[in-house]
Amino acid sequence: MSLLEVEGLRIEFPSRHGTAVAVKGVSFTVEKGEILGLVGESGAGKSTVGNAVIDLLSAPGVIAGGNIKLDNQTISGLHGEAMRKIRGRRIGFIFQDPMTSLNPLLTIETQMVETIMVNLDLDKAAAFEKAIELLESVGIPEPAIRIKQYPHQFSGGMRQRVVIAIALSGDPELIIADEPTTALDVSIQNQILELIRELCKKRQVGCLFVTHDMGVIANVTDRVAVMYMGDLVELGTTEQILCRPEHPYTQSLISAVPRTDVKLHRFPSVEYIEKAEGHQIDVKNHWLGEQEVFGNPSGDVLLKVKDVDLRFETQSAFFKKNRRYVQASNKVSFDVRPGETFGLVGESGSGKSTIARVIAGLYPPDAGSIEFAGQDITRLTEKERKPFRRQIQMVFQNPYSSMNARMTVRDIIAEPIRFHDLAESERQVNQIVSDLLDHVGLGRASGVKYPHEFSGGQRQRISIARALATRPRFLICDEPTSALDVSVQAQILNLLKDLQEELGLTMLFISHDLPVILQMCDRIGVMKMGSLVETGDTDRIFSDPQHEYTQHLISMMPRVENLSHEGLEIEAQVAHV
Amino acid sequence: MSELTSAAPATNEAPEYKERSRWELFKRSTFWYSFTRDRVAMVCAFIFALFVSAALLAPVLAPTNPYDLAAIDIMDSELPPAWAEEGDERFLLGTDDQGRDLFSTILYGMRISLAIGLFAVVLQAFIGIVLGLMAGYFGGRIDSFLMRVADIQLSFSTMMVAIIVLAVFQASFGSELYSKLAMLMLILVIGIAEWPQYARTVRASVLAEKKKEYVEAARVMGFGSGRIMFRHILPNALSPILVISTVQIANAIISEAALSFLGLGMPVSQPSLGSLISSGFEYIFSGSWWITVIPGVVLVVLVLVLNLLGDWLRDVLNPKLYKG
Repeated sequence: MSLLEVEGLRIEFPSRHGTAVAVKGVSFTVEKGEILGLVGESGAGKSTVGNAVIDLLSAPGVIAGGNIKLDNQTISGLHGEAMRKIRGRRIGFIFQDPMTSLNPLLTIETQMVETIMVNLDLDKAAAFEKAIELLESVGIPEPAIRIKQYPHQFSGGMRQRVVIAIALSGDPELIIADEPTTALDVSIQNQILELIRELCKKRQVGCLFVTHDMGVIANVTDRVAVMYMGDLVELGTTEQILCRPEHPYTQSLISAVPRTDVKLHRFPSVEYIEKAEGHQIDVKNHWLGEQEVFGNPSGDVLLKVKDVDLRFETQSAFFKKNRRYVQASNKVSFDVRPGETFGLVGESGSGKSTIARVIAGLYPPDAGSIEFAGQDITRLTEKERKPFRRQIQMVFQNPYSSMNARMTVRDIIAEPIRFHDLAESERQVNQIVSDLLDHVGLGRASGVKYPHEFSGGQRQRISIARALATRPRFLICDEPTSALDVSVQAQILNLLKDLQEELGLTMLFISHDLPVILQMCDRIGVMKMGSLVETGDTDRIFSDPQHEYTQHLISMMPRVENLSHEGLEIEAQVAHV
Repeated sequence: MSELTSAAPATNEAPEYKERSRWELFKRSTFWYSFTRDRVAMVCAFIFALFVSAALLAPVLAPTNPYDLAAIDIMDSELPPAWAEEGDERFLLGTDDQGRDLFSTILYGMRISLAIGLFAVVLQAFIGIVLGLMAGYFGGRIDSFLMRVADIQLSFSTMMVAIIVLAVFQASFGSELYSKLAMLMLILVIGIAEWPQYARTVRASVLAEKKKEYVEAARVMGFGSGRIMFRHILPNALSPILVISTVQIANAIISEAALSFLGLGMPVSQPSLGSLISSGFEYIFSGSWWITVIPGVVLVVLVLVLNLLGDWLRDVLNPKLYKG
């Protein structure tokens, strides 16, 4: 008899456009002390399953069929008071974002003691004892002091520990963790995963672990269930799913995961997701391929960043001495050679996006210079800078906010061409836009639509087309795939690689994701707290990191190893420390 | 997550995409959908459309022309509505103290009230949007300066500013000139006094919008500030502007009515709803209630439907309140 049994679960969302079936007859079990990973891409219905177990489906979702049993007792269809007895006491829930899942106005003590008193029928003093004990077990130092504090006094990782402690406070038999590490940095992610694993084993608690991240799956789960469009397509042990996937969707999903052991020339073509439309154009003989001579074409450095300093005011004041600053960029220097991809990697807040924005001309640096093709562009007036703006373009992180929602895709892409007078006639503008849409895989017919009619991956294609519309030589990609699913990520990275090859683009690629950096970049700079701590060839950085922080980052990198090498175009083997 | 799952099938049905006309897009929109589901909004929109078309078609609909002095007979003054005992069949809603047909006068008066409301709001919106965009987009000193000016403007109530300006104007240029320029003056005074409402709303949404990456993308392209403000930010900040516009039109109509009631608005020869109410007020105790009450009811209904429409619009355009 299993701890949690889900049988033929079907969840529907009726709406005015018809009924959307989010989960189509899913069955699985979770045993005591076992971590079952529920993996899939956005829209697969994995979180919906987790929410359905404890009746947290957001309206208008309903369980339309099947049943859920906890310890042989049917719990599907329970609502209100009956479900309340199960939540907390028998099933704990760990939410995704620790920044918003704690009440900012109450101390940790109030939040924990209340939960424990309600769930375990203890008096206040006993509940307090229990809370301290729990905080200690999730690795919070000096729990007796920390428990009196408010959530804002904890870091993200510490908060997630508190959330886990609260989830455990009712001594539940089952924990549902919904993307518990997605909002955290890599180094903290590892600690949290370790903690969840240890707690489940020690307390013999079953865990349903919902995630989209194959690296997390490889690190923490015992068995994995793969979901695709509401169907459970494959269920097996973690090793079996990762190394010998049987279902074609699982195979394509696994092959899209950025590898850490080999560098690929290209990701294998990924099926089972949105197909690219339109035909490829011959770029070499096209307007897009025409290269103008610009600046000083000889020379082996295209972009030279030299001692760039930038600080932001965090507290403004009339008198200088009262102002406070945060140093976003501290004497950063690096060179980018023509035709290469230079990667900037670092955790959130390390200043990598700031550097990108300084290069793109969004912030003027406080000190230092940026030379593009031999010309210092930081000292130019807006008018003098205009031709340089065209040469340096940027692809942004968030595909949902990086496009003007009130313009059609055609207008979005045509605007820079018109603005910089790059085409001779309106007819040519239209021709260029259509070709661009075709080439990035959207199809020319999509120009009449508005951005909200596209998925995240498609929007990132639009974003790339817009950046290419000015025929830039230098493309800055600021976390271009961190908001996307892994198979869509593979497609976008392939597209960027192809475009770079065809157009001879030079790229600055920014990411917090080491495997992605490994796959994309020729050279890497590692950033920490606004400073560049190490620069070097990708191979060298991964095999022989010099700086302590680089070593730390690489050791924290989630490893997905022993994957099958079938059908891969391997460019180089990568050794690790 | 669950939003994503429920939205998934919608994105799947897109392979064959035909160019849809604007009307079709409109019919498929959430806006139209929630409108057809909301009876209050539909009734309000119907009444408002009825009022507007009645006002626009006043020369056709009205049995007499209240501006034509030759057509008015003083002997017909203060006749009660047609259904009352002493009523006259020629005058459906009775006549006012000068013998004008109240029905015709209300139609023409509504014309004036609506026109003043609309143009005053256009003026407010113009000043407010330009200054609000500048304050929000440039920030820093420009922002501080413009917003302090707005604060000062707001610390004088609209009515007080209007009364002082109009009274001074009337006293210094005589009431003859005033009666010619009354409508223009009302539009200017109400328009200028209320611009901070727009400026503040626009500034708030600009502050939210300008952090988004599409604005950065536009700057990376090298676009100028004006282009970014008007072509990129403004269209994305339109929803709150639309919402306050409905309420502001209602407010402007009320301000105009209040000023006219105080004798500082439209002259007796071109009565608006407010001056009609005021002109009948002296007779309310002598039994001629209809001169005040009927235009009063029209005014209240007009303002009420505008406010209800504004409420509904706010609910529809606020994604946080959007329910399935």
